[in-house]
Amino acid sequence: MLRLPQFGVALPSNVDAVVALLRDNPGARIVAGGTDILPNLKHRLDEPGMLISLAQVSELRSIAKLAHEGREVVEIGAGNTLTRVSEDPLVRELFPSLATAAGLVASPLIRNMGTLGGNVNLDTRCRYVNQTKFWREALGGGCLKSEGNVCFVVPGGRNCVAAMSSDCVPVLISLGAEIVLAGPEGQRVVPAAKYFKADGLRHTVRDDAELTTKLRVPVPTTPRRSAYAKWTVRKSIDFPLVSVALRFDLKSDSVDAPVTELVVVAGVLGAKPRVIAKLDDVIGKPLSDPALSRIVCAAVGKQCKPLENVPYEAPYRRRMFEVFTRRAIAELVAAG
Amino acid sequence: MAEALLSLRINGESVHAAAPAHWTLLEVLRYRLDLIGSKQGCDKGDCGACTVQVDGEPVLACLTLACAAAGREVRTVEGLGWSPEASNGCHPLQDAFDRWDAAQCGFCTPGILMSAEALLRKVGRVVTRDEVREALAGNLCRCTGYTKIIDAVVDASEMLAAPRDET
Ligand SMILES: Cc1cc2nc3c(=O)[nH]c(=O)nc-3n(C[C@H](O)[C@H](O)[C@H](O)COP(=O)(O)OP(=O)(O)OC[C@H]3O[C@@H](n4cnc5c(N)ncnc54)[C@H](O)[C@@H]3O)c2cc1C
Ligand code: SF4
Ligand code: FES
Ligand code: FES
Repeated sequence: MLRLPQFGVALPSNVDAVVALLRDNPGARIVAGGTDILPNLKHRLDEPGMLISLAQVSELRSIAKLAHEGREVVEIGAGNTLTRVSEDPLVRELFPSLATAAGLVASPLIRNMGTLGGNVNLDTRCRYVNQTKFWREALGGGCLKSEGNVCFVVPGGRNCVAAMSSDCVPVLISLGAEIVLAGPEGQRVVPAAKYFKADGLRHTVRDDAELTTKLRVPVPTTPRRSAYAKWTVRKSIDFPLVSVALRFDLKSDSVDAPVTELVVVAGVLGAKPRVIAKLDDVIGKPLSDPALSRIVCAAVGKQCKPLENVPYEAPYRRRMFEVFTRRAIAELVAAG
Repeated sequence: MAEALLSLRINGESVHAAAPAHWTLLEVLRYRLDLIGSKQGCDKGDCGACTVQVDGEPVLACLTLACAAAGREVRTVEGLGWSPEASNGCHPLQDAFDRWDAAQCGFCTPGILMSAEALLRKVGRVVTRDEVREALAGNLCRCTGYTKIIDAVVDASEMLAAPRDET
């Protein structure tokens, strides 16, 4: 039995009321599906006096295609469950890699509860912190992210490097999504690629008084192939140990057509997802060109430096980042 | 510890209970309402022993705040026996679990039944073994090795599609 700490619960019914509650109750935390925050509170990683539940905020649950600033976008409310995101016809048609990632989170039960907004704001994870308080005490009193002042992953380190472990985040970055926030000063829009920081204690630019209201994902304007690769030991329930999102925009609708733009993003490294750089050599090469796969995989292997913040040896995970990238590209090519 | 009055709908009935605001639905079910069919296993989302249905969808009661379930239709394993498909107080799934020996210690069984029932209702026809595997992917069983559980769920879906005479 893992008891929650004592707190009050507010059940506002719209976004304005959530913002007012956040403003008036410093230290209060948002609970959406509860599948991340409640285990963390049961482990005493925080003891907020109040939880603000989004359970009754139905305005956060729409999915709609619309014109925005001269381009077509799909707006996905932060309160949609991952089950809905993975099954929604619009998402499946326009952003298949997002539907895949949402459908690979945890288990069907957790996807029925967990929301996209909670997935984007999922706390960073580490094998030394996502444990009971009793377990952490046995280590000698926790680390920077819990009760202590040391880091067990990087001995002597003064910066927490707990892993950004969300399945949807690398995909949202690869798709050029924007995160829409509501706060006391009104609405603010942050590109998903700029939302995360390399600090495991506070890994997003979201202010405590803000909530994520929706994700705005631009509709592709060229033919596209996209994929999400995840490695876990079990095929269900587990957080990713390797997580790579890939997006290739093509000159025409064939894997033999030249790539006009590409974005590759890796998660489960440190607190910030990594957008793979130096892929310019790939532009103009057909997706089916084996040289393309070699260049992308080499860049992934070089730039992804996993840490021992999650299970498995870092050098092994580093190789697996390459392997899973290679397989994902091969599958895209095979699918035509 | 301040207690708040909760009004819940459980297995088709309105129920009222006083419980601390930070209690989970699982704690209220087990320690206020004596509905101890839903099991408290890991208590943190890993095992599925606490699975109940909220508005027809299987979810984890250990990660649901009781107050957030107010106004929604909660269904626990205790309610399966008086569903319309049940006969002699037994849902076809429960009957199939019995006939296939799909429960050993039985700790996972209530949660598995609630996940499986949601699958049968959603699919509305005879289910495939892979559909069962996927639907039960959040429910751990440490005894059976799953084979008989899958056998039983497929059998129950056949019984629901075309009841056969078992005499
Ligand atoms: C056993 C288990 C396995 C899991 N496996 C995976 C996995 O494989 N992949 C994965 O990505 N996740 C996994 N998770 C984590 C979690 O289930 C998902 O990330 C889920 O999407 C979280 O959503 P939620 O609505 O439940 O978030 P909550 O727990 O409600 O919230 C998570 C955090 O986000 C904040 N928050 C929530 N909504 C908003 C909002 N609208 N605006 C601002 N802040 C907000 C909360 O304050 C909290 O800090 C797993 C969890 C468990 C228990
Ligand atoms: S990375 Fe270091 S400081 Fe951060 S949670 Fe892990 S052990 Fe703690
Ligand atoms: S008790 Fe709820 S998932 Fe294990
Ligand atoms: S029968 Fe014992 S855990 Fe499933």
